[in-house]
Amino acid sequence: MRILETEHLTREFGGVIAVNDVDFHVEKGLVTGLIGPNGAGKTTLFNQITGMDRPTSGKVIFDGKDITGLPAWKISRLGIARTFQNIRLYKELTVVENVMMGLHFKVGKDPFHHRFAQAVKSYVFASRENREVYHKAMEWLSFFELEEHAQDFAGSLPYGKQRELEIARALAAEPKLLFLDEPAAGMNPSETAHLMHVVDKIRNLGVTVVLIEHDMKLVMNICDNITVLNFGIKIAEGTPNEIKKDKGVIEAYLGREEEE
Amino acid sequence: MSTLTLYMQYIVNGLTLGAIYSLIALGYTMVYGILKFINFAHGDILMVGAFIGLLVYTALTGDASPSAWTLTAFFISMLVSMVACAILGMLIERVAYKPLRNANRLAPLLSAIGVSFILSNGAAWIFGTQSRRFPYPFENEPMHIGSISITPHQIVVIAVSVIMMVLLTFFVNKTRMGKAMRATSLDQPTSQLMGINVNRVISLTFAIGSALAAVGGILAAFDFRVYPSMGTMTGLKAFVAAVIGGIGNIQGAMIGGVLLGILEAVGAPLLHIPNGMKDTVAFAVLIIVLLVKPDGILGKNEREKI
Repeated sequence: MRILETEHLTREFGGVIAVNDVDFHVEKGLVTGLIGPNGAGKTTLFNQITGMDRPTSGKVIFDGKDITGLPAWKISRLGIARTFQNIRLYKELTVVENVMMGLHFKVGKDPFHHRFAQAVKSYVFASRENREVYHKAMEWLSFFELEEHAQDFAGSLPYGKQRELEIARALAAEPKLLFLDEPAAGMNPSETAHLMHVVDKIRNLGVTVVLIEHDMKLVMNICDNITVLNFGIKIAEGTPNEIKKDKGVIEAYLGREEEE
Repeated sequence: MSTLTLYMQYIVNGLTLGAIYSLIALGYTMVYGILKFINFAHGDILMVGAFIGLLVYTALTGDASPSAWTLTAFFISMLVSMVACAILGMLIERVAYKPLRNANRLAPLLSAIGVSFILSNGAAWIFGTQSRRFPYPFENEPMHIGSISITPHQIVVIAVSVIMMVLLTFFVNKTRMGKAMRATSLDQPTSQLMGINVNRVISLTFAIGSALAAVGGILAAFDFRVYPSMGTMTGLKAFVAAVIGGIGNIQGAMIGGVLLGILEAVGAPLLHIPNGMKDTVAFAVLIIVLLVKPDGILGKNEREKI
């Protein structure tokens, strides 16, 4: 079953077509990889889907609903979470507080669309609610093996752990679909190995994952499906084994073989 | 009267003045906390608040002598003025600041100064430039505690300010909307990813800040009367109070306001500053704070990482 589809999605910046008529789709419950050389339009595609930017034309369908052009906060409420190439944590808050932030504004809990009775309840039981949120946050931290850092400032964590914390916070909001933009960028081999283990655990939770990644070992090992972009155009899609053998993909990455 | 009791009296007077500064400073500081922008039209919102309060009050009571009804009418007019200013604040944000949110930082600042002129000149056009008296809705006979005298007006000012600040503190710390507000002030794009409607938070911030300014304007009206440019000096001093406390910090604005009020009331007689020059105290304090602790009393001391 498809949880996400884009139809003829196009984004132009001036004369440059960053994403060109892309039909991208994501199967529910699987890990989908989005790969392509630098500048292929991968992050631009992410931005169109998660509401960080509006497409020039085309549609984004999530869970059967047209979400094209909705603002980021609304899309995040519908159940799409994401992380960024450049880490976006509340650096002045502690690790556990960052995850609590994800929990407080969880999917469906809009601070402005609260029924009155619920608002009163959350006010009267604020300390109990905070305790519950704290415990839930600690559970997420132990899921990511970050509990020993719970009281450290997020900005003081090593790079690889900051990335995992960002994923933990995104997951705490219990999204249906999780976008990871180059999660392994800047990680050392042991951090990358741990990340692969984590992504596998996330899939086992039943969360659909889409990731942009340049680390081919990671992509080939962990993804169920792979879509390849080049110059904004989808050039291939399939299982890792199909992608490895695809002529167009090899050309895009290594260049055309010399004719002899 | 001994010197000690004289200064005790100044402190009581300073506390009253300071409570008003605090209420107004909160609007500056909350907006700064979220948008990193100083809303220079804030002082004029307090003037609009005072005018609306006065109009509603006189419409309800005429020129009746103080009674239980006038006191009720006073609180009704305060409530009406708060709602009206909240709407005005949101409207100003929507029209004059929101379109400039991604512009150069100077642009919204200039826009704010423009809004300030529109409000004060608009008021002069509608109401004229003469100053009006805000009648006391209660008998203002001073009471004596020892040798210090305190007027019912001062008690009302302090009581209303304390209630407003307690309500605000609870709102910001205990409700989910308050949490959304604090999250937004830490990091706007990230908060958007957490599913917070940042535009709504910004509107709410302007609404709350402007409603508090309306209260401040009405309370200030007893002492300073009501006229179109009344917001300029009071607003400026409240801004100084916000900077003293650490701009962007809610508790800081409360402390800064009270501190500035007391320093002004005590400092002028202590340093033999003539009445017409009293305002210099506030700005001298500002200069000292900026030199010694530029982040203010409760401001974060953030050093750029190299």
